[in-house]
Amino acid sequence: MEIYSSKPFWAMAAAFLGAILILVARKKPNLREACSIGAGVAQLAVILSMVSAVLNGGTLHFTLSSFLPQVSIAFRVDALALLFAATASFLWIVTIFYSIGYMRLHREQNQTRFYAAVALTLTATMGIAFAANLFTLYLFYEALTFSTYPLVTHAGTDEANAAGKRYIAYHLGTSIAFLLPAIILTYTLSGTFDFRPQGVFSAGANTTVLVVLYFLFLAGAAKAALVPFHAWLPAAMVAPVPVSSLLHAVAVVNAGVFLIFRVILDVFGQDLFQQLNLGIATAVIASITIMLASFYALRLDNLKALLAYSTIGQLAYMILGASLPNQTGETGGLIHIVNHSFSKITLFFAAGSILLASHKTKISEMTGLGRFLPWTLGAFTVGSLSIIGIPPTAGFVTKYFLAIGSIQSGWLAVFFVLLISTLLSAAYYLRVVRTVFFGSPPEHDNAARGEDEGQPHAALHPMGEVSPFIVAPMLLTAGIAVVLGLFPNLVLVLVRQVFR
Amino acid sequence: MIFDEIFAAEQIGFPILTLLIVIPIASAILLAFIKDENFARWAALSGALVELVLALVMVCQFIPGVAHMQFAERVEWISTLGISYHLGVDGISVLFVPLTAFLTVMVILISWRAVRFLNKLYFAAVLAFEATVIGVFVSLDLFVFFIFWELMLVPSYFLLKLWGVGPERQHAGLKYVMYMLVGSAPMLIGIVLLGINHHNTAGAGAAAPFYSFDFLTLLNVPIAPPLQTLIFFLLGFGFAVKGPLFPFHTWMPAALLEGPAAMGIFLVGLKLGVYGFIRFVIPLLPVASAEWLWLMVLLGLFASLYGALIAMVQPNLRRLLTFASVSHVGLATLGLFSLNQQGMQGGIVMLINLGFVSPGLFILAASLRARSGSSDLFAFGGLARQVPLLATFFFLLGMAVIGLPGTSGFTGEFLILQGAFLLHPALASVAVLAIILSAAYLLMFYERAFFGPVTRPAVKTLPDLVPREIAVAAATCVMVLWIGFYPAPFLRITGGSVAALVERVNGSQPTAMHSSE
Repeated sequence: MEIYSSKPFWAMAAAFLGAILILVARKKPNLREACSIGAGVAQLAVILSMVSAVLNGGTLHFTLSSFLPQVSIAFRVDALALLFAATASFLWIVTIFYSIGYMRLHREQNQTRFYAAVALTLTATMGIAFAANLFTLYLFYEALTFSTYPLVTHAGTDEANAAGKRYIAYHLGTSIAFLLPAIILTYTLSGTFDFRPQGVFSAGANTTVLVVLYFLFLAGAAKAALVPFHAWLPAAMVAPVPVSSLLHAVAVVNAGVFLIFRVILDVFGQDLFQQLNLGIATAVIASITIMLASFYALRLDNLKALLAYSTIGQLAYMILGASLPNQTGETGGLIHIVNHSFSKITLFFAAGSILLASHKTKISEMTGLGRFLPWTLGAFTVGSLSIIGIPPTAGFVTKYFLAIGSIQSGWLAVFFVLLISTLLSAAYYLRVVRTVFFGSPPEHDNAARGEDEGQPHAALHPMGEVSPFIVAPMLLTAGIAVVLGLFPNLVLVLVRQVFR
Repeated sequence: MIFDEIFAAEQIGFPILTLLIVIPIASAILLAFIKDENFARWAALSGALVELVLALVMVCQFIPGVAHMQFAERVEWISTLGISYHLGVDGISVLFVPLTAFLTVMVILISWRAVRFLNKLYFAAVLAFEATVIGVFVSLDLFVFFIFWELMLVPSYFLLKLWGVGPERQHAGLKYVMYMLVGSAPMLIGIVLLGINHHNTAGAGAAAPFYSFDFLTLLNVPIAPPLQTLIFFLLGFGFAVKGPLFPFHTWMPAALLEGPAAMGIFLVGLKLGVYGFIRFVIPLLPVASAEWLWLMVLLGLFASLYGALIAMVQPNLRRLLTFASVSHVGLATLGLFSLNQQGMQGGIVMLINLGFVSPGLFILAASLRARSGSSDLFAFGGLARQVPLLATFFFLLGMAVIGLPGTSGFTGEFLILQGAFLLHPALASVAVLAIILSAAYLLMFYERAFFGPVTRPAVKTLPDLVPREIAVAAATCVMVLWIGFYPAPFLRITGGSVAALVERVNGSQPTAMHSSE
């Protein structure tokens, strides 16, 4: 059932208009943030209004303009799109609240630019989610790179600029070098840019070319941070915490994963994908990524860097799920888009909270912080458990589906990768949890902090949770991570529609 | 025949193309009678604006999607030699006319106060240049075309020599003219050979000489493949020098660095040489074009990489733009000589894109130069903070140079890549490298010039753009975004003629072979 509706356009327009209003209201911070929230709520409302139609088996279509005779900027909303869009949009609103706390307490510069760029990022994210064809997706994929650039370089320091340069080089370089040729090759082979549920290629297509094409797509999706195109992600961690949490745990990285899902499901189609043995190849790449990221994370002391490498590994779980030749495995990959987003954003929020309260970024210096920041580290623990995959958290659902899927398909190697990486992630996350709860508390720390800041009075304040704006979003996302673990059907109803 | 004509008398009621050539000349002459310099400026601007409006009227009246020559005019001139005053535009040429008019308005606006002496003569030279360029774009008789082609040198020479900004301007003017003459001499021989071939083939047995230099007539005359190859290289050489196509581009940096902004804008914006290839060389010499396609494609590909690599190490913005231009001309050549619908349309869109983007950036470079006395990188740093408007426009136009989606550059590159891909996948993969390099040189320059701390005291007092410059830059950006997001109208206009041309090239090989026997 195809419904013609301009709703996907309005979901984008809400964020875009939000960006304009943010610039207009730049002189009044409270009004400016109200604009952000208003845009986020409007966007989420539009997205949620599309859910029932999609659950009833429909897809929404909208053509904005025709670009070339056979190519148009067009949108199509299906379950996969909604899964990605709703997650990103909901977490945008949560992040705005968190940002209000973080950016003001941290006295960040250029806050207007920050909020406007985030709104533009969400515009581009919606464009990717709702793209009806490869062309539209590419358009917004590039827009996403540029709208996030000012966020990565927000600090304006040399380190931030260097990270920004790497960020642009990885994303622009791979998308022009691999994604654009892949799109043109797809068009040459199939005569269409559109996404089609059973794939676009006819039976007689040259298999070698198709295999090359798939790897072009895979390399073009550097946002998914698969090895060897992962190095931008840890570098981008110089960005302020809200940026890392929303973009590098949710919008940007999910956009890369989403692209790969679209390519597998709607360009190649699952049947052709498995016929060409691309599933195994993808699983190998994803497994290598998971193992490397996990081992690397073991020895990291910087909390944000650890989260970054953990993200690389978790994204590879989603790809791993996509590569499995049965619906159970793919369900695991898809549901992990949502589960990982909520879990990882909780961890980033907590890292930001620790930074604000104690100015600490290194795990080894966080000994005993748990007594001073119970909410923060409580949330952190929940997030950690979810990433490790311990019930009743959301991450467990993912691991469950992935494990069953890998056994069903007989890919036992994948199963062992899951097992080992789970142990490794338990090792590096629980190390943090142990340090903060069971380490000896920092005796002299308040004094040191006061001296650093040049504010002797700060030493007199006991370290504690800094602001409800920080704590509330964190608890909300942690709570949802548990709810999704207890009631996975909330997401599964949508995931099932993907395989309808 | 695929290229039919619709005469101006039927289509619009008056000889609009002649008018388009006459208005700038008349305005230039009029300037001589105006005493007051300020008034002369306004007169020049009004002349250019009337021209622009008329050119836009023509585009609006243009019938898109067909291969006909439109608004045609034909008057016998030197009948013994078969030369007639024959004008007309089709989908390939029609867009270049308003582009030229637009660039002229742009030039007049940005040199409003920049010209320090001989104001009236300067504006007259600019308008005269406009007239000759329009003549080049609309003439359908090769002889008339050649006259306009050569006349173009007169105003260019004086613009370079008298109002150049560099110390070597005298030399640069001479160098430019010498290069162009060296290029056009073989071209003339090629044109004459075409006329003689017409005499020998179509007029075989006739007692009286039966020459013709008429494009539409020559299309119907078979040319033996060896002769096609000869003429291909003769004409091709002239157009390649003008292009400038690697390796004939060496005149360009000198002309751009020493010349006035006006000349720079015309030189980077109007790619007459590439136009010559698609207008005359490919249709008239389809067999040779198909035969030597690989030479042209590889030259284009090499130029696109070479230009981009050289641009990467240029600390001077105008030099960077020069080599960026060489690189993009290479891409356009690649597209045109893919000899398929996508590639050719992409080539034309790329030329139009360059017509807006390169002059736009050049204006920004010129205004930076006018303010700070330099367009060298080491004189800048932290410009974004000082001149935010200029930085914004620069960024947007820069995106079009890279060819990001949503800009006109993307439309062109996308089609060119598609065309190149259909010719051979390897071509497209290498062409992609040139695009990555363009991102590298542009973003690197942008970062170093516009971001970072302000180190030079001169930068601290830089004023941002004035309304005149804002109008020009904004108009350019509007076009860039329009072609980027909604290129359909432009593709409709060019589509018919390009389709006919592709058909001619693909269909011509057997017939031409046959006729040669």
